[in-house]
Parts: sequence; structure tokens; C-alpha cells
Amino acid sequence: MVITAEGLSKTYRVADKQPGFVGTVQHFLRRRTRDVSAVQDVSFAIAPGEMVGFLGANGAGKTTTLKMLCGLIHPSAGRVSVAGHQPQRRHPDFLRRITLVMGQKQQLLWDLPPLDSLRVNAAVYGIPDGVASRRIRELADLLELGAELTRPVRKLSLGQRMKAELLAALLHEPQVLFLDEPTLGLDVNAQSRVRQFLADYNRRTGATVLLTSHYMADITALCPRVLLIHQGQLFHDGPLNRLVSRLAPERLVRLELEQPVPAEAFAGLGQLDSLETCAVNLRVAPDQLTTVVAQLLDRFDVRDLEISDPPVDQLIGALFHQGRL
Amino acid sequence: MRVFGLNGRIIRALLGSQYATMLEYRAEIALWALSGLLPFIMLSLWSGSAARADLGLDGAALDRYFLSAFLVRQFSVVWVVYAFEEDALLGRLSPYLLQPLHPLWRYVAAHLGEQLTRLPFAVAIAAAFFVIQPQAFWIPSIGDVLLAWAATWMAFAIAFLLQSLIAALCFWSEKASALERLLFIPFLFLSGLLAPLTAFPPATRHAVQWTPFPYLIDFPARLLAGESVNLAAGFGAQLAWVLLLLPVVLWLWRAGVRRYSAMGA
Repeated sequence: MVITAEGLSKTYRVADKQPGFVGTVQHFLRRRTRDVSAVQDVSFAIAPGEMVGFLGANGAGKTTTLKMLCGLIHPSAGRVSVAGHQPQRRHPDFLRRITLVMGQKQQLLWDLPPLDSLRVNAAVYGIPDGVASRRIRELADLLELGAELTRPVRKLSLGQRMKAELLAALLHEPQVLFLDEPTLGLDVNAQSRVRQFLADYNRRTGATVLLTSHYMADITALCPRVLLIHQGQLFHDGPLNRLVSRLAPERLVRLELEQPVPAEAFAGLGQLDSLETCAVNLRVAPDQLTTVVAQLLDRFDVRDLEISDPPVDQLIGALFHQGRL
Repeated sequence: MRVFGLNGRIIRALLGSQYATMLEYRAEIALWALSGLLPFIMLSLWSGSAARADLGLDGAALDRYFLSAFLVRQFSVVWVVYAFEEDALLGRLSPYLLQPLHPLWRYVAAHLGEQLTRLPFAVAIAAAFFVIQPQAFWIPSIGDVLLAWAATWMAFAIAFLLQSLIAALCFWSEKASALERLLFIPFLFLSGLLAPLTAFPPATRHAVQWTPFPYLIDFPARLLAGESVNLAAGFGAQLAWVLLLLPVVLWLWRAGVRRYSAMGA
């Protein structure tokens, strides 16, 4: 396993201040803090070359976990091993094997073209000039970057900057990629290009990727396996479709009838989601599906019938939105 | 091979990129250079003062001292605490912590890049000074220049380490730069920027020798101005301060990184 986390926990101490003037005075005279448990007893293992999606609502503990995995913060409890190293020691050999891309936080020098930052990175990682030039060419081709590399970073669009950030983060060919919202704020085309690039990079180098994203399209396109963290605890570790059946165990039955039928007619045939003249949506438990479908076909004049899982975007979106399971 | 994490290629790449960055801000740096005119203001004050005789520097010597103080200050200005604080608060420190190079080297390179950008402005201001005060013109000996250059570098090293020590406190307090402002007051009075240390009573002068401040301006400025100084004592004290501060900074940094919660990252 290239990444192993066992009983990983992180507790932060945060200041607790009441709003208003009185709260400010109280906070000044007697500072109160409380412990916030960001990650609790999280365990998982990731094999070399895997692409794993890391899902969770805002504040669920995703970024804290990523920071512990790449050695930026020390765990409060538990053990973690990445590429054979304890990340928090930040051994140079470990740092050469990993990379972290955090949304729009950037490592590129703002006032200079990306090529200048890439030159610094090549020197810092000890990549010979010839090798660095070849990698820059290859990665730039994959990312569809050209003249942008010689333009000051501040003059680049968000999408161009993100792609240049990816190039800088991957120049040393890391074995493990931690990507925190790599497509945040990008338009649909740019998102799709970054996704395609990550899939190609994984295929080409066999790198392990742990990816967080609020865009389900990133996860469904790239990650056969997902980890779902909720309130600091690991809720799911496995294929995405199994997560869907955990979040919404019912199947969706969509009917189109020849004539309108009153709502009462569907009593005992699952849960009626919507009824608009001849279009009907029902949610049915999987073990009753065949019986219910047989009864529907028997009782009504059915023009069309479709059975599906509830859309994954909606399920996860609702989960993020509500912040609860 | 790397020494303290550096090799020739890294130094070239860091200095080249930081110098290029600073050139983008050359107008701002010119203004910063101009804002360092305090020694010239103090010169005009002392020149018209009856207390001038107590300074032990007569005629052109006083002019040269304050010009030298200006030049030493130009090449030993340190602002690492402000840059570091901003980087830590905005989460820009995180990518630097994940590279196999101590982040402080980036700040050192940024300072050196800035000094190189300041150079022409400092030379222009010195030239203007000689036009206004032609009696102060002198050409220091090569030996004095080299010694003053070395002493200015040591002054920069002490100032950088002092501020890095405060910067490392950002890991505990998010506004550690306030402490730097507290340090600026003794620096202003005890470094020789407002007056040569000979202006102080002997007891104060003796006590001040045990602080790092006189070695930041007074000692290198006197060297450049061609005044007689105790070389061994001056360089010895500078080296002692570097050797004292360096392990403290590194220890505090390591302890701070353990505490770091990647704020804003």
C-alpha cells in the first residue's frame, strides 16, 4: 500500500468568542477556547496507481486529512504512512515523491511567467535541465499550454493558471498526488481538460491520486473508488455505486401512462415522488422492484417505463448542501 | 552536492527569479530607498547642533558617517517578518513547506534580489549627496570597502535572523509583526542610525555593546567611513550574534512547523 492511515485523528483548539462589544471585552479579559475534532479515527489504505475520490461536505475533514497525509500538519492521534515515510517528518525523499495541489492556492511566482517558477522547481528538485525541458514540453502538450508559459502568471486566466499550477506540481513526477479541488472555479471545458489530463497522467506514470472535489463529474470520471468523510469520520470506503445505494437504497421507477391516473391508484406501489398528468415517478425498494413493476404493467396502460438509480449528483449534492447523512 | 540544502544551481535559480520579481517593483523599491533618508535628516540636525562636538566626528567625518549609515541601512533592510506573516496567513507557506528546500532560503533570496534592485537608486542618492556636500567626497580604500561590505553582510544576517525569530512566532501568534515594531524602537536609537554611538554616555555605550544593535549600522558604517574601529571586537560580536541566533531560529522554526495548522490553506 502506498498510503495507509490507521486511527487518524486531528483535534484543533479554536478561540470561542461571542459576537458584539461585550463578547469582545470578555474575549480580551478571559480568552476561551474549545477543542474541535476535525478528523476522528479514520483508517484506510490506498494501493499504488489507484485514483480515489475523497468526498464530504464543507468542514467534514477532507482537507485536514489531506494535510496530514502530505505532512503539513501533525496528527493528534493515529498512524499514517505515505510512500514508505511518516509524512510529518517531511523528509526530502518523501517530499520528492508527493505533491499537493490546493485549489487556487498557488506556488507560481505571481509576477513572473510560469517558466521562471518551473526553472526554480527544477533546481530545487534536482531535475537535470534536459529532463526538465522534456517534461515541461510533454506536460504542456497534455495540458494544452503554450504561449501561456512565457506570460506573467497574473495575466493568465483562472483555467490557464490552474493548468500551470498542475504543471509546476507535477514537474518532479511525484508518485502520490494529493489534489484538493483541482477544478474549483474552472469553466466546464477547462474542468474536462484537467480531468482528461489527470486520467492520462495516472495511466502514463502509474501515480496514486487522492482527489477531493465538489464537482461530482470529477469523481465519476476519474475515481472508481471513493472515500466519504462525514463530521470527521469515515462513512464509506468503496465503489461509488455502492455509496449511492447506501445513500438512497430505493430505485427510481419512471412511468409514462396512456391516460392520467389519480395518486391514490399508486398506494402500496412504493413512494410517489411526483405525478404530472401522465408522467409518474416512484421510489421502490430493490427487493419489491419486480413485484411492483409487474403490478404497474398489469394495472395501468403503460406507454414507457424506466428503472434507474437516483442521480448521483443529486444525492451527493443534497448531502453537501444539508451537511448531514 | 548540497550545503545547507543549497547548491549553485538552486542559488542561481532563486536569485534570478527573485531579482526578476523585484525588478517588477522597481518603482516601489526606489521609493523605499528614498524613505531611508533618515540618516541625512539626522546629519542636518547634528550639523546645526552645538552638541556636534560631543560626537567625536568633526567636519567631513560626520557627513561620511551618515552617508555610510545610509548605505549600510540600504543593504541590510529586512522585512521577512511581514512577508512571512502574509504567506502564513494566506496559506502560501504550504507549498513551500512541501518542497525539499528550507522556506527561509526563499526569503533570503528575495532580500538579496531586492538589495540588487536598490543598488542603482542607492548609488544615485549617494552621488546626489556628494553634489550637495562636495566637501564630504572621499574614495574609501579597497580594504575599507571590503571590510565594510563583509560587516554589512553580517549586519544583514543578524537582522534577518532576529526578524526570522519573530517571524517564527507567527506559528503561535498570527500577528507576530507587532513584536517587530517593538524591536524597531531600540534599533532606531541604539544602532547608530540617529546618532553615532559616541553620542551616548560611556555607561550607556558600554551596555549597548552587549546588544546586537550597534553591529547593525554603527560598526559597518564606521568601517566604510574610514573611522578607526576594533575589527576583532566588531566582527567577533557579529559572528557571536549570528551563532547565537541561528540555532534558536532553527529550533523555533521546527517547533513552529509542528504547530502549523496551514491557516488559510
